[in-house]
Amino acid sequence: MADQAADLNPGTLVEHEHSPFLRHHFEDMGQQFESSTLGMWVFLLTEIMFFGGMFGAYTVYRSMYPDAFASTSRHMIPWLGATNTAVLICSSLTMALAVRSAHLGSRKLVRWMLVLTMIFGLAFIGVKFTEYYLHWKDHLVPWLNFQYPEHPEFFYNAQILFCFYFFMTGFHALHMFVGLGLLSWLLIKNETTLFGPQYYSPVEITGLYWHFVDIVWIFLFPLLYLIGAHG
Amino acid sequence: MSTAVQDPRTQSPVNYLNAEDGLKSWLLTTDHKRIAILYLISITVFFMIGGFFAVLMRLELATPPGDLFNSDTYNKLFTMHGIVMVFFFLVPSIPATLGNFLLPMMVGARDLAFPRVNLLSWYLYIIGGIFVVATVGLGGVDTGWTFYTPFSSTYSNTWVLPAIMGIFVAGFSSILTGLNFIVTVHKMRAPGMTWGRLPLFVWSQYATALIQILGTPVVAITLALCALERAFHIGIFDPSIGGDPILFQHMFWFYSHPAVYIMILPGMGVISELVTCFSRKRVFGYDFVAAASVGIAVIGFLVWGHHMFVTGQSMYASMVFSILSFLVAVPSAIKIFNWTATMYQGSIRYDTPMLYAFGFIGLFTIGGLTGLFLATTAIDVHLTDTYFVIAHFHYVMVGGMVMAYLGGIHFWWPKMTGRMYSEPWAKFSALIVFVGFNLTFFPQFILGYQGMPRRYHAYAPEFHVLNVMSSCGASILGIGYILPLIYLLASLKTGKPAGPNPWGAKGLEWTTQSPPTTFNFEKIPVVTEEAYAYAATTEEETVG
Repeated sequence: MADQAADLNPGTLVEHEHSPFLRHHFEDMGQQFESSTLGMWVFLLTEIMFFGGMFGAYTVYRSMYPDAFASTSRHMIPWLGATNTAVLICSSLTMALAVRSAHLGSRKLVRWMLVLTMIFGLAFIGVKFTEYYLHWKDHLVPWLNFQYPEHPEFFYNAQILFCFYFFMTGFHALHMFVGLGLLSWLLIKNETTLFGPQYYSPVEITGLYWHFVDIVWIFLFPLLYLIGAHG
Repeated sequence: MSTAVQDPRTQSPVNYLNAEDGLKSWLLTTDHKRIAILYLISITVFFMIGGFFAVLMRLELATPPGDLFNSDTYNKLFTMHGIVMVFFFLVPSIPATLGNFLLPMMVGARDLAFPRVNLLSWYLYIIGGIFVVATVGLGGVDTGWTFYTPFSSTYSNTWVLPAIMGIFVAGFSSILTGLNFIVTVHKMRAPGMTWGRLPLFVWSQYATALIQILGTPVVAITLALCALERAFHIGIFDPSIGGDPILFQHMFWFYSHPAVYIMILPGMGVISELVTCFSRKRVFGYDFVAAASVGIAVIGFLVWGHHMFVTGQSMYASMVFSILSFLVAVPSAIKIFNWTATMYQGSIRYDTPMLYAFGFIGLFTIGGLTGLFLATTAIDVHLTDTYFVIAHFHYVMVGGMVMAYLGGIHFWWPKMTGRMYSEPWAKFSALIVFVGFNLTFFPQFILGYQGMPRRYHAYAPEFHVLNVMSSCGASILGIGYILPLIYLLASLKTGKPAGPNPWGAKGLEWTTQSPPTTFNFEKIPVVTEEAYAYAATTEEETVG
């Protein structure tokens, strides 16, 4: 992923008199921009299938064990999850503004929008790991210390739910870390490169990725936190 | 272009092979042609490793009792054969070598859209390969290449985790190749190279890439779940504590059936190029052949359940999967008929690549039609897990894909190296491959029909004769694979210079020098004619 974005670095050899950001194998900046954007969209397609496999498996077990899955919502902390949802939506806004600022060529605005996005991202991860810690204290981590005393008949099935919970949110958190890495890279790049209407694709495709990771959370939140919460 | 300057000491003009020297210039290259060569060398190594396991299996099966290996070792042999051949040879074979080399040239581009991603994909392949080689070194894995749960997740005492890790990593190499091809085909086509003018090889690579990007992530997550279950034993796939082992099979085949088409579609693309070139005719029904590639890719995602007719899937699901599996035969048959119609009244030349194309068409037809037997639920109950299945998919994958791969390597060898190989030796070895292949695998159809189960190291004495035939065939086939390795390598030293277009073929790749320069084209070409406009050439030749 990072490598793909890195492809847009100023090329070492510039044969034509074009923009210094044009890599040698592209004809013009338009082609380069469209290629990198499409590349990111295709990558996001593979990500959808990647998470889709997890969502699919989750759906199968939820339909097999609806009661056991519903019983787990007591142990989730919906207000923390909701806070995190709001945090991520805000981060998407600042990310979108960063892309806009890059397009307009304002280095200062790009810098602050990226910093804000990173703060939101770090806040999300902080809350997430707090939740992990609380689950660990409640003896809800499969394999390490899983206990389910109030519904012993659901022990194994609830354990599967928690396994999916940690697996899916863990993969999501991993994607957040990658996103934060990309944002840091952009932050540094922003100081040496003046983005503008001609060249802002690194910000654009990082934005696409960041929004995707947010959307995954929008699906994870109700599926994991709000099952049976109405009951 | 670039910084390459003609070195007065070298005889041959500057090209991608001699533009830079040294190991570092190869390991850090972003040139799609050099990466193709890196892949070519690596998959050849893995083909030999996989072939070595096959040799050991056929040796064991030369006699009815299990005298050479015990059953545990035999389990590891067929598993390692499957893993290496499927994930490390067949899946990358044509896309990563010929596709990498040719796709940018065929669409008239200087490189793939993301050259560094392309190099990254080779490194991921190598890292995955190291895991698999380590698995072999540690003692192998015995689950079968399909890693069925709960055996793989709970009971197997072999090195499942490193094997899964290797496939997981190599999967991302495949995804990145597919991503690169899709973007390149969409955005890097030369002026005038419309979708309707793309060579059919490009169409088939595009269809393959769709499967690579949509299917591979699913098998990655499936194997990750399997590894998780094996490491922590939470019960996702363990029926004794509420897990569903059949779910693993659904998720596994959701990728791995489309992956079967990753292992044949690129071959079909090669055959389209060979048939039209050596018949000196535009391919019959271009639009249908192109659409059939995409059709196979799409339908391929809807047929996974035909691997599970006898594993506890609902009867109604099986009926739907059976009907959908029959549907795959339609686009496949379109291709076979159109290649045949292309040859009709063509000026056919019997050069080596065309011999492989003939072989492909015949063997793939047998492989495809026996697939229909297996898609028929009632017959499948009898044939499941017998040698009939083995013979069926080897006819498609070895008879189809490996034939196409060899045909393609011979066809584009002059372009890749600038040298012609020895035609008599090449023809001879094509014949050897064809004879050896049929002798190896045709008896297995009969064995399977008679009820010999797959995956056992010992068998009943009445199957002896057919098994001896199969083992003899395998040794002939082995010679057929070693010969090209020798004479192709020899051609690098002794081969006649090929010139830009030794076959008089159409296509942008033949307009460049052989071997091409680093950036392929001095100037990006402008395309003004359809693909395979052979009629004009034939006339010129007749007049001239």
